[in-house]
Amino acid sequence: MTDDVRDSAKGFHPASALDFLPAPQLRDLQLRRFQSSLRRAYDCVALYRKRMDERGVKPEDLKSLEDVSRLPFTEKADLRDTYPFGLFASPLREVVRLHASSGTTGKPIVVGYTREDVAVWSSVIVRSFVACGMRPGDIFQNTHGYGLFTGGLGAHYGAEALGVTVVPTSAGNTDRQIMLMKDFGVTAIISTPSYFIHLLERAAEVGVDLKELPLRTGIFGSEPWTEGMRRHIESRTRLKAHDLYGLTEIIGPGVAAECTQQSGLHIFEDHFYPEIVDLKTGEPLADGAEGELVFTTLSKRAMPMIRYRTHDITSFITERCACGRTIRRMHRIGRRSDDMFIVRGVNVYPSQIEAALLAVEGTVPHYQIILTRDKALDQVEVQVEVTPEVFNDRIGTLEDLQAKLGHAIANTLGIRAKVRLVEPHALQRSEGKARRLIDKRSA
Amino acid sequence: MHIQQISVFLENRKGRLAEMTQLLAENKINIRAVSLADMADLGVLRLIVNDPKRCLSVLKANDFAAQATDVFAVELPDRPGALHNVLEVLNANGLNVEYMYASVGKVDTGVVIFKVDPVDEAVAVLRRNGISVLSGDAAPIP
Repeated sequence: MTDDVRDSAKGFHPASALDFLPAPQLRDLQLRRFQSSLRRAYDCVALYRKRMDERGVKPEDLKSLEDVSRLPFTEKADLRDTYPFGLFASPLREVVRLHASSGTTGKPIVVGYTREDVAVWSSVIVRSFVACGMRPGDIFQNTHGYGLFTGGLGAHYGAEALGVTVVPTSAGNTDRQIMLMKDFGVTAIISTPSYFIHLLERAAEVGVDLKELPLRTGIFGSEPWTEGMRRHIESRTRLKAHDLYGLTEIIGPGVAAECTQQSGLHIFEDHFYPEIVDLKTGEPLADGAEGELVFTTLSKRAMPMIRYRTHDITSFITERCACGRTIRRMHRIGRRSDDMFIVRGVNVYPSQIEAALLAVEGTVPHYQIILTRDKALDQVEVQVEVTPEVFNDRIGTLEDLQAKLGHAIANTLGIRAKVRLVEPHALQRSEGKARRLIDKRSA
Repeated sequence: MHIQQISVFLENRKGRLAEMTQLLAENKINIRAVSLADMADLGVLRLIVNDPKRCLSVLKANDFAAQATDVFAVELPDRPGALHNVLEVLNANGLNVEYMYASVGKVDTGVVIFKVDPVDEAVAVLRRNGISVLSGDAAPIP
């Protein structure tokens, strides 16, 4: 943590001080915060109390961070089962914000924030943006959707807290995004990687060369992306592309971020205690081993999370980062252990597609979801087997069926999917079970 | 009695049509008329065969989505206006042709297969107007 390390080209920003805390002090801080957060979760949330009582573990049993593995896990299903506010530890009158993300059964996952939680969230976004090289003076375009999605408002308040000039374009209307980027002299942007690549292509079509604009910092997240996509973006612009990680259940974007070294994501572990556990047994794994990422929130008031299983698969990077930050790094998330997939920043479960198909056909359809990447934009094709029951001699009826299925999927997911009718038994099955998802997107 | 047309759902991919015709050939099913209606990724093959009932069961047993549809066939003399004559009669009686396709008939005639709803009414109207509609009982198409 020498001054010359801190004083990189961009200079040290005081908001990042905790990123450089020496490890023993950081562990001590984590333990104290863990203890008080656990006590509060136990006292205020029935589910946590019940789970811990079942295991015979009390908040005071957490004497060191090694004891964390004695605590029960929390799953996404727990949020669904307690919908909407069952895991809140604060009364609603102290909750100043609600956000939600799509779930498997139509009911969303709901999260709440107290005023303190919003401040913590903004602080980790500030630290993320600073790590990526943003500073006051930047003109920042926020293309994340403003609304229930955590991305838009999360980035917005963090950016204001940092003191950059926010251009809150929200999602969509690509031509206007390009016009404002050019006219306002935007220097930093947050986007899903696939949307940004779409924006790049559109810019070329309307004769705007992003290399001639002052855009220098790109922050990309909310969906998995690859080094190939980073190269694609960086070769067509003058910006550096950084990965930002987060999840609604923990706080939203800002759980971990890449620094300008672009070599793994720093986890803001003074607020989010990370573990890597074995996918099957749930046992903690040694540093460096690949497994499922699990988070406990250390300071969240409205909705503390105890050992939340993210289903994201990664590993800790054991070496110290060249940027000098002491908080741990993880490799970028390449895959997930459950069946959820992310398309253009939207969480999608095969079961949602199934529900949409069922609503149209009235019979159990055999279907398969094929994900591809066309010019870096995610494409969804849903292949549906035509059963003798729904087959009709009239081409018009088949066209209608295709269109209806497409609309049903678009209504459910909010994204367009190409529907392709295929012959009975055309789709691969293994041991009688259809393979629901074929992801061909790896770059 | 009407002619039973067999319609088969086919994906638009290489070799698929040949797989189906092979299946019919192996089962000694004779195709007398054929038409393919196609969209971008799929097609519906419509067949007039010597044994529609067996054809349907062979196809279904081999995982094809197939169904039988009532159509009728008209034998037309090989001269200008012959097809128009039929369509004029149907039109004058408010009957809409959903689709039609042609096959060769005997010397100097052609055979056109019509899908019209309702089929009974269409056949009756045509016969009243002196147009020869082939019976489904006799081998409809030579």
